[in-house]
Amino acid sequence: MTVSVDQIWGWLDEVPDPEIPVISVVDLGIVREVVLEGETVTVAVTPTYSGCPATSVISMDIETALRDRGMTDVKIETRIAPPWTTDWLSDKGRAKLEDYGIAPPQPAGGPEKCPHCGSRNVTRVSQFGSTPCKAHWRCTDCLEPFDYFKCI
Amino acid sequence: MTRDTAFFEFLLRMGDNTLVLGHRVSEWCGHAPVLEEDIALANTALDLIGQTQMWLGLAGEVEGEGRSADDLAMLRDAWDFRNVLLAEQPNGDFGQTMMRQYLFDQAHVLLLEKLAQSSDERVAGIAAKAVKEVTYHVERSRDTVIGLGDGTSESHRRMQAALDLLWPYVGEMFTDDEVSGIMAAEGIAPEPSSLRAAWDAAVQQTMSEATLVIPDSGFAHAGGKTGFRHSEHLGHMLTQMQWLQRAYPGARW
Repeated sequence: MTVSVDQIWGWLDEVPDPEIPVISVVDLGIVREVVLEGETVTVAVTPTYSGCPATSVISMDIETALRDRGMTDVKIETRIAPPWTTDWLSDKGRAKLEDYGIAPPQPAGGPEKCPHCGSRNVTRVSQFGSTPCKAHWRCTDCLEPFDYFKCI
Repeated sequence: MTRDTAFFEFLLRMGDNTLVLGHRVSEWCGHAPVLEEDIALANTALDLIGQTQMWLGLAGEVEGEGRSADDLAMLRDAWDFRNVLLAEQPNGDFGQTMMRQYLFDQAHVLLLEKLAQSSDERVAGIAAKAVKEVTYHVERSRDTVIGLGDGTSESHRRMQAALDLLWPYVGEMFTDDEVSGIMAAEGIAPEPSSLRAAWDAAVQQTMSEATLVIPDSGFAHAGGKTGFRHSEHLGHMLTQMQWLQRAYPGARW
């Protein structure tokens, strides 16, 4: 079968992040490179946090997705340098995060606004949230808690 | 001592610090004073264990005898561990845990910043990744030490007691020896003593904001990072951490 690297990127963009299924592994910016040599495809993946338990699930999901498309020779390479940064989140991914109720990362170090009501009156509850990549915030207008995707 | 032996020892020091402290912090899971702190402690532990996989993975590679990060973590006994004594000290109360964390984090972040410039690109890569996480750790542990130190009379009393208890363990993080000398000569890692002045400045600032008094003593326990003499606490911790691999050798899931 004939596939192109672009096609593979398209397939990977349909692989959801296991913890935040509204965005894909491509949106998250952890797929760094796709190399096609003959029938062999090598995908370089950069983990978000060193201890993120989703990393091995992500590698397995990527492999499964490519095998389902008929690729038989799939290699996953874990690449730690350069380290993952939230700058690699796609604009599409940022928008989807906000729709889902997770405030996207901001260089200022805190969310721009409440993802539920849009208020700018927000306060940090805790530096750490439900996963290593998120912190716990609260809106002081609608009083709803929400996750903020930490900026690193 | 050959370069590779020293490099292996250095990597064990890095990986055993994060492993032992990571395990200690994880002991709080389900027991912390409030839910947010429970989650924060678990996340800190997770970062440290993740860093352990990278350091001990590289240690196994440098050793060249086919030992994996898991083998090194689960199948060595107390005398083979190279963590500083501070990391293995028991959790005590929440304040003592956070004091231990801050004293370690402040040294950890300074070291990782230098290691990100290491002549060995694998070391530099791991450090560049870890320093992002540890920068976040020290921000939290520092804030907590200040909040509890400059808090109620009860929290202040507990934080001062924790500082007095743990102070004799900080010196070991900054002692030089043959291993560190070889690492410095190779440009792989700085001499620990070179980090002390920056650490002292940061810690003095923090303790002053926390209204805590740094003990007037330079006495330092030694023996953790050389493996010469760990405190009794490490062995007890390993009986928990390594229990499954000891009871069912080679078990996998």
